[in-house]
Amino acid sequence: MNSALIIIFATILFSSLLGIYAGRRLKMNLENWTVGGRQFGAIIIWLLMAGEIYTTFTFLGASGWAYSKGAPTFYILIYGALAYTLSFFILPALWKVGKRHGLHTQPDFFINRYGSRSLGVLVALIGVFSIIPYLQLQLSGLGLIVEAASNRAVSSHLAIIISFLLTCTFVYTSGIKGAAWVAIVKDVMMVLAVGIVGIGVPLIYFGGFGKMFQALIKQYPHHLMLPGATVHMDVGWVMSTVLLTGLGFYMWPHVFGSAFSAKSAKIIKRNAVIMPFYQIPILLVFMVGFTALLVIPGLENGDMAFLELVSKTYPSWFMGFVGAAGAVTAMVPSAILVLFAATLLAKNVYQTGFRPQASEEKVMSLSRFMVLAVTTLALVFAIFLPNELVPLLIFGYDGVSQFFPGVVLGLFWKRVTKTGVFSGLLAGVAVVILLVLGGKDPFLGMNAGFVGLVVNSIITLGVSLMTKPQIRGLQG
Amino acid sequence: MRKGTIYALLLGAVPFITLVFALPLVNRIYPIILGLPFILFWILSWVILTPFILFLAYRVEKKFNPPQGGEEE
Repeated sequence: MNSALIIIFATILFSSLLGIYAGRRLKMNLENWTVGGRQFGAIIIWLLMAGEIYTTFTFLGASGWAYSKGAPTFYILIYGALAYTLSFFILPALWKVGKRHGLHTQPDFFINRYGSRSLGVLVALIGVFSIIPYLQLQLSGLGLIVEAASNRAVSSHLAIIISFLLTCTFVYTSGIKGAAWVAIVKDVMMVLAVGIVGIGVPLIYFGGFGKMFQALIKQYPHHLMLPGATVHMDVGWVMSTVLLTGLGFYMWPHVFGSAFSAKSAKIIKRNAVIMPFYQIPILLVFMVGFTALLVIPGLENGDMAFLELVSKTYPSWFMGFVGAAGAVTAMVPSAILVLFAATLLAKNVYQTGFRPQASEEKVMSLSRFMVLAVTTLALVFAIFLPNELVPLLIFGYDGVSQFFPGVVLGLFWKRVTKTGVFSGLLAGVAVVILLVLGGKDPFLGMNAGFVGLVVNSIITLGVSLMTKPQIRGLQG
Repeated sequence: MRKGTIYALLLGAVPFITLVFALPLVNRIYPIILGLPFILFWILSWVILTPFILFLAYRVEKKFNPPQGGEEE
């Protein structure tokens, strides 16, 4: 056993035990399991939300894009700030509605607001189809990190299986509270790892990031302005992509659902104010990717730039620390994704769609069973069909963003109707599927999901105004 | 809409204007400021300013929108 391996597995094990411990005195009903009994205070909400945003994609993808694409990677720094700004206005209102009507999930909101079970099932299915590839991406990322960090001592498959069975266990026992507690470990390790490497490598190789940028501009004069090393990712692409991902971020079923777990609307609002600070470490991740381009050019897979540069620069135990941080960084978002995919299937597909009379105990135990089913499915995909889901992944963000008009108009506009939201949602998803599968993404220089969202919004507004005002469903 | 909400929304528009709609104007490397290429400096500055803008929006809402009776906080 090498030291890196010990650090990685000790961290994974410790985090999982902490996650299990988090739920020790909770009576597990749906309210406690999915929304933590609506008892989370400022700190735990911040950790939970930050836990969802910093995924393995942020870690490997942001540095990988800086390495292979250049300036288009800046979009990752921008969209978070837009998402938090929106959440300042949207989430407190959403929280109040959730509290008043005892909502647990995103489809719950649609069912309650528009009084339509079929709309709820549709929203749940789009949500699950978007979550599964996202989950698989986390699994694959984890495998990649642990395999590289342990210097191939552990195969990526073994790493994926062990850490996901453990993740599955603490989600099963503790629900969302388990994920929130593990997020503490994750955030501390992640910020340390990114801080040390992001400040360290430009300093070690160039004597500072200013000199690193000078060298980069000299060698690759266009890398640091749009479209960087790409052809399609010009200003229009970045503008439409940050709008889509900024609007779509809180529309992910798991992010949406975790807003309900706060203790009060005020906590959610204050959290939105401080969240943008959490974007700053992304700048350091960029630095690593840019330094790697100068120090180790020609990597086949840009996503490996972060790990390759760390292994070239630092001792192997530190590589183990980065590997451990990366592994927990995959586990926390995965836990929340699994939890909400399972709840959507049990509560909003099974109960809403087929058995409205099913008891809460039944839905709860089915949710827990679904944790096992969803985890197994994602494991099978990650191990046997690692590349088949990539197109679905593109669809994921584009898909969940289509909930935006239904949610925002549902909260703030009395005149929006069930028929309007239904037609807008279907049209938006259809536009996205046609453009993505037809190879037309980007379309006229704009992100396909954004085009879908524009069509969706126009149709939702138009059809709502043409249909009879709806009395049913909640007001305000 | 209440006065505080309008002011808050105006403040909330600032990140969208600076970080989305101003992008075509700032897509350049020079001048380099604090060692960062201009576009990165611009984006980073507004990302760091966003929490302060939102804090201002929070205060403005509080000042101009007195809490209504029976509202859950």
